[in-house]
Amino acid sequence: MIVDPHAAVDRSISARGLRKAFGPNLVLDGIDLDVRRGEAVALLGANGAGKTTLLRIAATLVRPTRGEIRVGGADCAREPEAARRQLGFLGHGSWLYEDLTALENLKFWATLGGRPASAAALRAALAVVELDRWADERVRPFSAGMKRRLSIARLLIAHPSVLLLDEPFTGLDQRGAKWLEEHLQAFKGAGGAVLMSTHSFGRGFGVADRAAILAGGRIAADVAVAPLGAEGVRRLYEVTVEEGA
Amino acid sequence: MTYAHRAFIVLWKDVLTERRSKAALNALLFFSLLLLFIFQFTLGGDRERLTAALPGLLWLGFVLSGLVGLGRTFLLERENDCWDGLLLTPGDKSAIYLGKVAGNLLLMLIVEVILLTLFALFFNVDVGRALPALGLVLPLGTIGFAAVGTLFAAMTAHVRAREVLFPVLLLPVVVPVLLGSVRATDAALAGEPLSAVAQWLQLLVAADVIYVVAGLLTFDALLEG
Repeated sequence: MIVDPHAAVDRSISARGLRKAFGPNLVLDGIDLDVRRGEAVALLGANGAGKTTLLRIAATLVRPTRGEIRVGGADCAREPEAARRQLGFLGHGSWLYEDLTALENLKFWATLGGRPASAAALRAALAVVELDRWADERVRPFSAGMKRRLSIARLLIAHPSVLLLDEPFTGLDQRGAKWLEEHLQAFKGAGGAVLMSTHSFGRGFGVADRAAILAGGRIAADVAVAPLGAEGVRRLYEVTVEEGA
Repeated sequence: MTYAHRAFIVLWKDVLTERRSKAALNALLFFSLLLLFIFQFTLGGDRERLTAALPGLLWLGFVLSGLVGLGRTFLLERENDCWDGLLLTPGDKSAIYLGKVAGNLLLMLIVEVILLTLFALFFNVDVGRALPALGLVLPLGTIGFAAVGTLFAAMTAHVRAREVLFPVLLLPVVVPVLLGSVRATDAALAGEPLSAVAQWLQLLVAADVIYVVAGLLTFDALLEG
Protein backbone atom coordinates (compact mmCIF):
# COMPACT_ATOMS: atom_id res chain seq x y z
CA MET A 1 0.00 0.00 0.00
CA ILE A 2 1.29 3.41 -0.91
CA VAL A 3 1.19 6.01 1.84
CA ASP A 4 0.96 9.66 0.98
CA PRO A 5 3.52 11.29 3.29
CA HIS A 6 1.53 14.54 3.27
CA ALA A 7 -1.56 12.79 4.56
CA ALA A 8 0.53 11.54 7.49
CA VAL A 9 1.54 14.98 8.72
CA ASP A 10 -0.07 14.45 12.14
CA ARG A 11 1.29 10.92 12.41
CA SER A 12 4.70 10.60 13.98
CA ILE A 13 4.80 6.88 13.24
CA SER A 14 2.89 5.35 10.39
CA ALA A 15 3.20 1.70 9.31
CA ARG A 16 1.41 0.23 6.32
CA GLY A 17 1.43 -3.42 5.27
CA LEU A 18 4.61 -4.04 7.24
CA ARG A 19 5.93 -7.54 6.83
CA LYS A 20 9.11 -9.09 8.21
CA ALA A 21 10.38 -12.63 7.75
CA PHE A 22 13.60 -14.09 9.15
CA GLY A 23 14.23 -16.94 6.72
CA PRO A 24 11.12 -19.14 6.81
CA ASN A 25 9.82 -17.48 10.00
CA LEU A 26 7.23 -14.82 9.31
CA VAL A 27 7.31 -12.51 12.35
CA LEU A 28 5.22 -9.58 11.12
CA ASP A 29 2.50 -10.14 8.55
CA GLY A 30 0.92 -6.90 7.39
CA ILE A 31 1.11 -4.43 10.27
CA ASP A 32 -0.90 -1.20 9.95
CA LEU A 33 -0.30 1.18 12.83
CA ASP A 34 -0.35 4.92 13.46
CA VAL A 35 0.97 6.85 16.42
CA ARG A 36 0.04 10.52 16.44
CA ARG A 37 1.80 13.45 18.00
CA GLY A 38 1.16 13.67 21.72
CA GLU A 39 0.15 10.02 21.83
CA ALA A 40 1.63 6.90 23.41
CA VAL A 41 0.87 3.42 22.13
CA ALA A 42 1.69 0.31 24.15
CA LEU A 43 2.61 -2.74 22.09
CA LEU A 44 1.44 -5.89 23.81
CA GLY A 45 2.06 -9.47 22.81
CA ALA A 46 3.40 -12.80 23.91
CA ASN A 47 7.13 -13.57 23.73
CA GLY A 48 8.15 -13.81 20.07
CA ALA A 49 5.06 -11.92 18.88
CA GLY A 50 7.26 -9.40 17.06
CA LYS A 51 7.18 -6.38 19.37
CA THR A 52 10.96 -5.91 19.41
CA THR A 53 11.16 -6.55 15.66
CA LEU A 54 8.54 -3.88 14.99
CA LEU A 55 10.39 -1.39 17.21
CA ARG A 56 13.74 -2.19 15.57
CA ILE A 57 12.24 -1.69 12.10
CA ALA A 58 10.83 1.68 13.21
CA ALA A 59 14.26 2.52 14.63
CA THR A 60 15.84 1.77 11.20
CA LEU A 61 17.93 -1.05 12.70
CA VAL A 62 16.14 -3.77 10.71
CA ARG A 63 14.76 -3.54 7.19
CA PRO A 64 11.23 -4.75 6.54
CA THR A 65 10.69 -7.55 4.04
CA ARG A 66 7.72 -5.66 2.60
CA GLY A 67 5.60 -2.64 3.45
CA GLU A 68 6.54 0.75 4.74
CA ILE A 69 7.02 2.51 8.04
CA ARG A 70 7.53 6.24 8.43
CA VAL A 71 8.89 8.14 11.41
CA GLY A 72 8.13 11.85 11.31
CA GLY A 73 7.24 11.47 7.66
CA ALA A 74 10.58 9.87 6.74
CA ASP A 75 10.56 6.38 5.23
CA CYS A 76 12.69 4.27 7.61
CA ALA A 77 14.00 2.05 4.79
CA ARG A 78 14.66 4.72 2.16
CA GLU A 79 15.49 7.74 4.32
CA PRO A 80 16.95 6.25 7.50
CA GLU A 81 19.06 9.33 8.24
CA ALA A 82 16.01 11.62 8.25
CA ALA A 83 14.17 9.20 10.53
CA ARG A 84 17.16 8.87 12.88
CA ARG A 85 17.32 12.60 13.44
CA GLN A 86 13.85 12.45 14.97
CA LEU A 87 13.83 9.26 16.98
CA GLY A 88 15.19 8.11 20.30
CA PHE A 89 15.52 4.36 20.83
CA LEU A 90 15.78 2.46 24.07
CA GLY A 91 16.33 -1.23 23.44
CA HIS A 92 17.43 -4.15 25.59
CA GLY A 93 21.09 -3.07 25.41
CA SER A 94 22.15 -0.06 27.46
CA TRP A 95 24.60 1.41 24.89
CA LEU A 96 26.98 2.09 27.74
CA TYR A 97 30.75 1.73 27.80
CA GLU A 98 31.49 0.14 31.14
CA ASP A 99 34.96 1.65 31.60
CA LEU A 100 33.73 5.19 31.04
CA THR A 101 32.02 7.24 33.74
CA ALA A 102 28.34 8.15 33.56
CA LEU A 103 29.27 11.68 32.48
CA GLU A 104 31.75 10.46 29.85
CA ASN A 105 29.14 8.12 28.37
CA LEU A 106 26.71 11.01 27.98
CA LYS A 107 29.43 13.23 26.52
CA PHE A 108 30.31 10.56 23.95
CA TRP A 109 26.76 9.99 22.71
CA ALA A 110 25.90 13.71 22.75
CA THR A 111 28.96 14.63 20.71
CA LEU A 112 28.66 11.74 18.28
CA GLY A 113 24.97 12.53 17.83
CA GLY A 114 25.90 16.06 16.75
CA ARG A 115 24.57 17.71 19.93
CA PRO A 116 27.64 18.48 22.04
CA ALA A 117 26.62 19.66 25.48
CA SER A 118 28.48 21.41 28.27
CA ALA A 119 29.48 19.43 31.35
CA ALA A 120 26.86 21.42 33.29
CA ALA A 121 24.11 20.41 30.86
CA LEU A 122 25.18 16.77 31.03
CA ARG A 123 25.25 16.88 34.83
CA ALA A 124 21.77 18.39 34.75
CA ALA A 125 20.56 15.47 32.62
CA LEU A 126 22.09 13.10 35.16
CA ALA A 127 20.37 14.98 37.97
CA VAL A 128 17.02 14.46 36.25
CA VAL A 129 17.49 10.68 36.47
CA GLU A 130 18.99 11.06 39.96
CA LEU A 131 22.45 9.85 38.95
CA ASP A 132 24.30 13.15 39.53
CA ARG A 133 26.03 11.68 42.62
CA TRP A 134 27.57 9.00 40.40
CA ALA A 135 28.45 11.30 37.49
CA ASP A 136 32.18 10.65 37.80
CA GLU A 137 31.93 6.96 38.65
CA ARG A 138 32.63 4.25 36.12
CA VAL A 139 29.52 2.50 34.87
CA ARG A 140 30.75 -1.10 35.37
CA PRO A 141 29.54 -1.52 38.99
CA PHE A 142 26.19 0.23 38.37
CA SER A 143 23.05 -1.81 39.04
CA ALA A 144 20.74 -2.69 36.14
CA GLY A 145 18.33 0.03 37.26
CA MET A 146 21.07 2.67 37.35
CA LYS A 147 22.20 1.66 33.87
CA ARG A 148 18.60 1.91 32.66
CA ARG A 149 18.31 5.41 34.13
CA LEU A 150 21.58 6.42 32.48
CA SER A 151 20.27 5.13 29.16
CA ILE A 152 17.18 7.28 29.67
CA ALA A 153 19.44 10.29 30.35
CA ARG A 154 21.10 9.54 27.00
CA LEU A 155 17.68 9.80 25.37
CA LEU A 156 16.97 13.10 27.13
CA ILE A 157 20.03 14.87 25.78
CA ALA A 158 19.18 13.86 22.19
CA HIS A 159 15.82 15.74 22.28
CA PRO A 160 13.93 13.34 19.98
CA SER A 161 10.36 13.90 18.84
CA VAL A 162 9.59 10.17 18.69
CA LEU A 163 10.47 7.63 21.36
CA LEU A 164 10.72 3.92 20.59
CA LEU A 165 11.00 2.08 23.88
CA ASP A 166 11.45 -1.66 24.33
CA GLU A 167 10.31 -2.65 27.82
CA PRO A 168 11.33 0.76 29.24
CA PHE A 169 10.24 0.03 32.81
CA THR A 170 12.27 -3.17 33.13
CA GLY A 171 14.90 -2.91 35.85
CA LEU A 172 13.56 0.34 37.28
CA ASP A 173 12.55 0.56 40.93
CA GLN A 174 9.26 2.20 41.99
CA ARG A 175 10.85 5.63 42.16
CA GLY A 176 12.53 5.29 38.76
CA ALA A 177 9.35 3.94 37.16
CA LYS A 178 7.30 6.80 38.61
CA TRP A 179 9.81 9.31 37.31
CA LEU A 180 9.81 7.74 33.83
CA GLU A 181 6.02 7.71 33.75
CA GLU A 182 5.92 11.42 34.61
CA HIS A 183 8.60 12.18 32.04
CA LEU A 184 6.72 10.32 29.30
CA GLN A 185 3.53 12.19 30.17
CA ALA A 186 5.44 15.50 29.86
CA PHE A 187 7.00 14.30 26.58
CA LYS A 188 3.54 13.56 25.17
CA GLY A 189 2.29 16.91 26.44
CA ALA A 190 5.01 18.61 24.42
CA GLY A 191 3.80 16.85 21.27
CA GLY A 192 6.11 13.82 21.33
CA ALA A 193 5.00 10.39 20.19
CA VAL A 194 5.79 7.17 22.06
CA LEU A 195 5.68 3.58 20.86
CA MET A 196 6.66 1.18 23.61
CA SER A 197 6.51 -2.53 24.17
CA THR A 198 5.50 -3.79 27.57
CA HIS A 199 4.48 -6.93 29.40
CA SER A 200 3.22 -5.04 32.40
CA PHE A 201 -0.26 -3.70 32.98
CA GLY A 202 0.91 -1.98 36.14
CA ARG A 203 3.13 1.06 36.47
CA GLY A 204 3.97 2.62 33.15
CA PHE A 205 0.93 1.26 31.38
CA GLY A 206 -0.93 4.38 32.49
CA VAL A 207 1.14 6.40 30.03
CA ALA A 208 -0.44 4.61 27.08
CA ASP A 209 -3.37 6.17 25.27
CA ARG A 210 -3.84 3.11 23.09
CA ALA A 211 -2.88 -0.52 23.30
CA ALA A 212 -2.01 -2.52 20.19
CA ILE A 213 -2.01 -6.28 20.70
CA LEU A 214 0.26 -8.27 18.41
CA ALA A 215 -0.73 -11.85 17.71
CA GLY A 216 0.00 -14.09 14.74
CA GLY A 217 2.17 -11.39 13.18
CA ARG A 218 -0.75 -8.93 12.99
CA ILE A 219 -2.31 -6.21 15.09
CA ALA A 220 -5.10 -8.33 16.51
CA ALA A 221 -6.60 -5.45 18.49
CA ASP A 222 -5.97 -1.70 18.65
CA VAL A 223 -7.99 -0.08 21.43
CA ALA A 224 -8.12 3.12 23.45
CA VAL A 225 -6.94 2.42 26.98
CA ALA A 226 -9.09 4.97 28.85
CA PRO A 227 -12.55 3.41 28.30
CA LEU A 228 -11.36 -0.10 29.18
CA GLY A 229 -8.82 0.68 31.87
CA ALA A 230 -5.73 -1.46 32.47
CA GLU A 231 -7.85 -4.37 33.72
CA GLY A 232 -10.09 -4.28 30.65
CA VAL A 233 -7.05 -4.25 28.34
CA ARG A 234 -5.58 -7.16 30.30
CA ARG A 235 -8.75 -9.22 29.75
CA LEU A 236 -8.79 -8.30 26.05
CA TYR A 237 -5.11 -9.27 25.82
CA GLU A 238 -5.71 -12.65 27.42
CA VAL A 239 -8.60 -13.41 25.10
CA THR A 240 -6.74 -12.19 22.00
CA VAL A 241 -3.46 -13.96 22.74
CA GLU A 242 -5.23 -17.18 23.70
CA GLU A 243 -7.24 -17.08 20.45
CA GLY A 244 -4.08 -16.42 18.48
CA ALA A 245 -2.19 -19.28 20.18
CA MET B 1 29.59 19.75 14.87
CA THR B 2 32.53 19.04 12.62
CA TYR B 3 33.43 15.75 11.05
CA ALA B 4 36.82 15.88 12.80
CA HIS B 5 35.16 16.43 16.18
CA ARG B 6 33.03 13.31 15.73
CA ALA B 7 36.07 11.26 14.69
CA PHE B 8 37.99 12.61 17.67
CA ILE B 9 35.28 11.65 20.17
CA VAL B 10 35.48 8.02 18.96
CA LEU B 11 39.28 8.11 19.34
CA TRP B 12 38.91 9.73 22.80
CA LYS B 13 36.47 7.03 23.90
CA ASP B 14 38.70 4.17 22.68
CA VAL B 15 41.88 5.63 24.20
CA LEU B 16 40.17 6.32 27.53
CA THR B 17 38.66 2.84 27.67
CA GLU B 18 41.99 1.22 26.80
CA ARG B 19 43.90 3.37 29.30
CA ARG B 20 41.59 2.21 32.06
CA SER B 21 41.10 -1.43 31.13
CA LYS B 22 44.51 -2.00 29.47
CA ALA B 23 42.86 -5.09 28.01
CA ALA B 24 44.38 -4.87 24.53
CA LEU B 25 47.75 -3.43 25.57
CA ASN B 26 48.42 -6.13 28.16
CA ALA B 27 47.45 -8.88 25.73
CA LEU B 28 49.63 -7.40 22.98
CA LEU B 29 52.66 -6.93 25.21
CA PHE B 30 52.43 -10.44 26.60
CA PHE B 31 52.05 -11.80 23.08
CA SER B 32 55.03 -9.75 21.85
CA LEU B 33 57.23 -10.99 24.68
CA LEU B 34 56.28 -14.56 23.84
CA LEU B 35 57.28 -13.99 20.22
CA LEU B 36 60.62 -12.54 21.29
CA PHE B 37 61.40 -15.57 23.42
CA ILE B 38 60.57 -17.87 20.53
CA PHE B 39 62.76 -15.87 18.11
CA GLN B 40 65.59 -15.78 20.64
CA PHE B 41 65.30 -19.52 21.20
CA THR B 42 65.29 -20.22 17.45
CA LEU B 43 68.08 -17.89 16.34
CA GLY B 44 70.29 -17.95 19.41
CA GLY B 45 73.46 -15.95 18.99
CA ASP B 46 73.86 -16.36 15.23
CA ARG B 47 74.20 -12.68 14.31
CA GLU B 48 74.45 -13.27 10.57
CA ARG B 49 71.14 -15.11 10.45
CA LEU B 50 69.64 -12.58 12.82
CA THR B 51 70.65 -9.61 10.69
CA ALA B 52 69.16 -11.22 7.59
CA ALA B 53 65.95 -12.18 9.33
CA LEU B 54 65.47 -9.11 11.56
CA PRO B 55 63.20 -7.01 9.27
CA GLY B 56 60.96 -10.01 8.64
CA LEU B 57 60.90 -10.94 12.32
CA LEU B 58 60.05 -7.40 13.32
CA TRP B 59 57.10 -7.22 10.94
CA LEU B 60 56.02 -10.73 11.87
CA GLY B 61 55.82 -9.47 15.44
CA PHE B 62 53.98 -6.31 14.37
CA VAL B 63 51.51 -8.23 12.21
CA LEU B 64 50.75 -10.95 14.75
CA SER B 65 50.27 -8.49 17.60
CA GLY B 66 48.31 -6.23 15.22
CA LEU B 67 45.97 -9.11 14.38
CA VAL B 68 45.28 -9.60 18.08
CA GLY B 69 44.62 -5.86 18.61
CA LEU B 70 42.61 -5.24 15.45
CA GLY B 71 40.45 -8.30 16.06
CA ARG B 72 39.32 -6.73 19.34
CA THR B 73 38.40 -3.36 17.78
CA PHE B 74 34.66 -3.85 17.66
CA LEU B 75 34.26 -6.20 20.62
CA LEU B 76 33.71 -3.10 22.76
CA GLU B 77 30.86 -2.02 20.49
CA ARG B 78 29.15 -5.42 20.72
CA GLU B 79 29.00 -5.14 24.50
CA ASN B 80 25.67 -3.59 25.60
CA ASP B 81 24.59 -3.21 21.95
CA CYS B 82 26.68 -0.05 21.46
CA TRP B 83 26.87 -1.05 17.79
CA ASP B 84 23.17 -0.12 17.48
CA GLY B 85 23.97 3.28 18.94
CA LEU B 86 26.72 3.89 16.38
CA LEU B 87 24.38 2.84 13.59
CA LEU B 88 21.58 5.15 14.76
CA THR B 89 23.88 8.13 15.14
CA PRO B 90 22.88 10.68 12.51
CA GLY B 91 25.59 11.92 10.17
CA ASP B 92 28.47 10.51 8.18
CA LYS B 93 29.51 7.15 9.67
CA SER B 94 32.95 7.36 8.11
CA ALA B 95 33.90 9.67 11.02
CA ILE B 96 33.46 6.64 13.30
CA TYR B 97 35.76 4.64 11.02
CA LEU B 98 38.37 7.37 11.03
CA GLY B 99 38.30 7.54 14.85
CA LYS B 100 38.62 3.76 15.08
CA VAL B 101 41.56 3.70 12.63
CA ALA B 102 43.30 6.44 14.60
CA GLY B 103 42.83 4.49 17.84
CA ASN B 104 44.16 1.30 16.31
CA LEU B 105 47.08 3.16 14.74
CA LEU B 106 48.01 4.67 18.08
CA LEU B 107 47.85 1.33 19.89
CA MET B 108 49.84 -0.48 17.18
CA LEU B 109 52.51 2.22 17.08
CA ILE B 110 52.92 2.03 20.88
CA VAL B 111 53.32 -1.75 20.68
CA GLU B 112 55.75 -1.39 17.74
CA VAL B 113 57.96 1.05 19.66
CA ILE B 114 58.01 -1.29 22.67
CA LEU B 115 58.66 -4.32 20.47
CA LEU B 116 61.47 -2.52 18.63
CA THR B 117 63.07 -1.57 21.95
CA LEU B 118 62.81 -5.14 23.19
CA PHE B 119 64.30 -6.44 19.94
CA ALA B 120 67.23 -4.08 20.36
CA LEU B 121 67.77 -5.25 23.94
CA PHE B 122 67.17 -8.99 23.39
CA PHE B 123 69.25 -9.31 20.24
CA ASN B 124 71.78 -6.61 21.04
CA VAL B 125 71.00 -4.77 17.80
CA ASP B 126 71.88 -1.10 17.39
CA VAL B 127 68.75 0.50 15.92
CA GLY B 128 69.71 4.02 16.97
CA ARG B 129 71.05 5.13 13.59
CA ALA B 130 68.05 3.61 11.79
CA LEU B 131 65.51 5.44 13.94
CA PRO B 132 64.87 8.44 11.61
CA ALA B 133 64.20 6.11 8.68
CA LEU B 134 62.13 3.74 10.82
CA GLY B 135 60.19 6.77 12.02
CA LEU B 136 58.90 7.06 8.46
CA VAL B 137 58.66 3.41 7.48
CA LEU B 138 56.81 2.07 10.54
CA PRO B 139 53.91 4.59 10.42
CA LEU B 140 53.61 4.17 6.64
CA GLY B 141 53.31 0.41 7.00
CA THR B 142 51.04 0.61 10.02
CA ILE B 143 48.54 3.08 8.51
CA GLY B 144 47.65 0.72 5.66
CA PHE B 145 47.51 -2.27 8.01
CA ALA B 146 45.30 -0.45 10.53
CA ALA B 147 43.03 1.00 7.82
CA VAL B 148 42.19 -2.29 6.15
CA GLY B 149 42.28 -4.19 9.45
CA THR B 150 39.70 -1.87 11.02
CA LEU B 151 37.45 -2.29 8.00
CA PHE B 152 37.64 -6.09 8.08
CA ALA B 153 37.21 -6.11 11.86
CA ALA B 154 33.92 -4.26 11.37
CA MET B 155 32.97 -6.63 8.55
CA THR B 156 33.52 -9.73 10.68
CA ALA B 157 32.29 -8.29 14.00
CA HIS B 158 28.97 -10.12 13.83
CA VAL B 159 30.25 -13.29 12.16
CA ARG B 160 30.33 -16.37 14.37
CA ALA B 161 33.72 -17.61 13.06
CA ARG B 162 35.30 -14.12 13.11
CA GLU B 163 38.53 -15.28 14.82
CA VAL B 164 39.21 -17.51 11.81
CA LEU B 165 37.69 -15.33 9.12
CA PHE B 166 39.37 -12.07 10.16
CA PRO B 167 43.02 -13.06 9.49
CA VAL B 168 42.03 -15.13 6.46
CA LEU B 169 40.44 -12.04 4.88
CA LEU B 170 42.98 -9.50 6.07
CA LEU B 171 46.37 -11.08 5.44
CA PRO B 172 46.13 -11.54 1.62
CA VAL B 173 44.98 -7.92 1.25
CA VAL B 174 47.88 -6.48 3.26
CA VAL B 175 50.56 -8.39 1.33
CA PRO B 176 51.63 -5.26 -0.63
CA VAL B 177 51.96 -3.32 2.66
CA LEU B 178 53.98 -6.10 4.25
CA LEU B 179 56.32 -6.47 1.25
CA GLY B 180 56.96 -2.74 1.12
CA SER B 181 57.37 -2.45 4.87
CA VAL B 182 59.80 -5.36 5.22
CA ARG B 183 61.94 -4.17 2.30
CA ALA B 184 62.02 -0.56 3.54
CA THR B 185 62.77 -1.72 7.12
CA ASP B 186 65.59 -3.89 5.77
CA ALA B 187 67.11 -0.86 4.03
CA ALA B 188 66.69 1.30 7.15
CA LEU B 189 68.38 -1.24 9.43
CA ALA B 190 71.20 -1.79 6.91
CA GLY B 191 71.88 1.95 6.91
CA GLU B 192 70.95 2.34 3.24
CA PRO B 193 69.36 5.65 2.19
CA LEU B 194 65.58 5.42 1.80
CA SER B 195 65.96 6.67 -1.76
CA ALA B 196 67.28 3.17 -2.54
CA VAL B 197 63.82 1.79 -1.73
CA ALA B 198 61.82 4.74 -3.06
CA GLN B 199 59.58 2.48 -5.17
CA TRP B 200 58.63 0.45 -2.09
CA LEU B 201 57.84 3.63 -0.16
CA GLN B 202 55.69 4.80 -3.06
CA LEU B 203 53.89 1.46 -2.94
CA LEU B 204 53.28 1.96 0.80
CA VAL B 205 51.90 5.47 0.30
CA ALA B 206 49.67 4.31 -2.55
CA ALA B 207 48.39 1.33 -0.50
CA ASP B 208 47.73 3.59 2.51
CA VAL B 209 45.74 6.06 0.42
CA ILE B 210 43.74 3.31 -1.28
CA TYR B 211 42.95 1.47 1.95
CA VAL B 212 41.97 4.59 3.89
CA VAL B 213 39.79 5.93 1.05
CA ALA B 214 38.19 2.51 0.54
CA GLY B 215 37.44 2.36 4.26
CA LEU B 216 35.93 5.84 4.33
CA LEU B 217 33.75 5.10 1.32
CA THR B 218 32.50 1.66 2.37
CA PHE B 219 32.22 1.85 6.17
CA ASP B 220 28.72 3.37 6.12
CA ALA B 221 27.34 0.57 3.95
CA LEU B 222 29.19 -1.97 6.04
CA LEU B 223 27.76 -0.65 9.31
CA GLU B 224 24.25 -0.67 7.84
CA GLY B 225 24.79 -4.34 6.90
